[in-house]
Amino acid sequence: MIRVSRLLGAPGAAVGACVLLVVLTLAVLAPLLAPYDWNATSQCRRLAPMSAEHWFGCDLFGRDILSRVMYGARFSLAMGVSTVAISLVFGALFGIVIAYGGGRIDAIGARLIDAMLCFPPIILAILIVAVLGVGLWNAALAVGMSGVPRFARITRAATLSLVARDFVEAARAVGSGHARIVLRHLLPNLAPILIVITTLDLGSAVLFTATLSFLGLGAQPPTPEWGAMLNAGREYVRYAPWTMIFPGLALFVTVMAVNLVGDRLSLVLDPRQRGRG
Amino acid sequence: MHRILSRLLGAILTLFITWTVVFGAMRLAPGDPVLLMLQGTPISDAAMDSARAKLGLDRPFVVQYVSFLADAVRGNFGDSFRSRQPVMTLIAAEFPYTLQLAFGGLVVGLLLGSVLGVVAGVRSNGWIDTICMTLALAGLSLPSFWLGMILIQVFATQLGWVPVLGSGFDALILPSITVGLFIAGGLGRLVRNSIIEVMAQDYIRTAYAKGLSAVRVIAKHAMRNAVIPPLTLLGIQFALLIGGAVVTETVFARPGIGRLLVQAVLEKDFPVVQGVVVLTTAAYVLINLLIDIAYGIIDPRVEA
Repeated sequence: MIRVSRLLGAPGAAVGACVLLVVLTLAVLAPLLAPYDWNATSQCRRLAPMSAEHWFGCDLFGRDILSRVMYGARFSLAMGVSTVAISLVFGALFGIVIAYGGGRIDAIGARLIDAMLCFPPIILAILIVAVLGVGLWNAALAVGMSGVPRFARITRAATLSLVARDFVEAARAVGSGHARIVLRHLLPNLAPILIVITTLDLGSAVLFTATLSFLGLGAQPPTPEWGAMLNAGREYVRYAPWTMIFPGLALFVTVMAVNLVGDRLSLVLDPRQRGRG
Repeated sequence: MHRILSRLLGAILTLFITWTVVFGAMRLAPGDPVLLMLQGTPISDAAMDSARAKLGLDRPFVVQYVSFLADAVRGNFGDSFRSRQPVMTLIAAEFPYTLQLAFGGLVVGLLLGSVLGVVAGVRSNGWIDTICMTLALAGLSLPSFWLGMILIQVFATQLGWVPVLGSGFDALILPSITVGLFIAGGLGRLVRNSIIEVMAQDYIRTAYAKGLSAVRVIAKHAMRNAVIPPLTLLGIQFALLIGGAVVTETVFARPGIGRLLVQAVLEKDFPVVQGVVVLTTAAYVLINLLIDIAYGIIDPRVEA
């Protein structure tokens, strides 16, 4: 409880948490709250400007942008969370295994991580999309996999410092098996670091998947994903700027909120920062 | 000398691993290269076999792999499936545009990031710090493709201050800002932390004690020492610049490596994808190697 109050003690984090709560609510309750069907087209509402009936205006096919932005929250949040989950599971697993294995396993593993970090993340993600093919979940998988080396490096470093500690030695001395040592002793101690890097990464993961959709490599029309909506509205920005303003604003506000909370969380959970802020 | 040699070997090993990954990925990519090249044109079995032989696809896997590595070292990536031109010619034609954009973005990013970071660091833990760091976080959270679209809409379409398209300096301003803001956020945070560290040093106290003005202390003593460490993280900046270029070139319909890559993926033009990825990793490894070697020369303690 103390941690939660400390977490929300900073105004930025409190605002971020509130915004996130709103976005989450809109995403979950989109079918109830959205004023129109996200895919209902209408010839006479094509590129209709903002009005009392359509607060955010309509897109090229006469679809209500507000409803699409609400549904878009589902895709963006789901994709962000699943990409980070992929990075976390595979990255942490790899990092723990090589650091705990030690010796030659660690040396080879560390070299592999270093090499994979030489791919700029967007290039690695695009390469993976080239192999898997264009699509919403392939893009999520690509972004998730491109984050694996980063997670693996951090987890490996943290595990290495833990493995040398007395409690691991003691656990080994009383006859604990490898699985028990990793699950009962290492993982609980790694948890704060993993939580911090996961939250810090979530914002950029949401942004990154939207970027791939914007480039045409992720979500495809008519999916109401924010990046894909921006891509679709690109041609008509001149005549109907609302097709680009609202999906982009939703994306920006969501990522900013996640980053505000993530920043504060890293301050609260990081033992070196204790007593500050 | 020993250090440089071991770094060089490390870099070669790294390139070897990354290129192996690229080779593996391209072999996993769906679709037969010959059919992709023909784009739906019917072909007889005999012609198919001869086309496969010409591309070297009939050779054993290991031979293909070794010849891929040898070709990569020589910069030979074959011909594009679409334009039939050598991949290297295509990349060489697009490269200057990406370089211009990267340079423009780096200038904007460094200027803005340094100003944000220095102001926040000097006034740390106050409201100015909060505003600067919130701005930096906003820079990190801003979708650069959205920012680019807004800049075009406001400054090119509505106000008509700069052209949307073109190859002149004017046409580089908005794309540079788009890429620059992407970098400025992260850089601002690094510079801030670095400034806070430097401002606590004895030589800053000495400078104040000598009666120097705050502006002089910050400009002459603190900034020089605080801005350099984050700048040496050029490796990270490079990754961000590439990311920025891919998106910005698409938004502004500018020619460049990033757009070439995205187009190639959409058109399944695998030789181009392979060429761009191999060269990008090579550039990344080379930049990091140079920085690493330069460290040792500038700061002899690194040698130890």
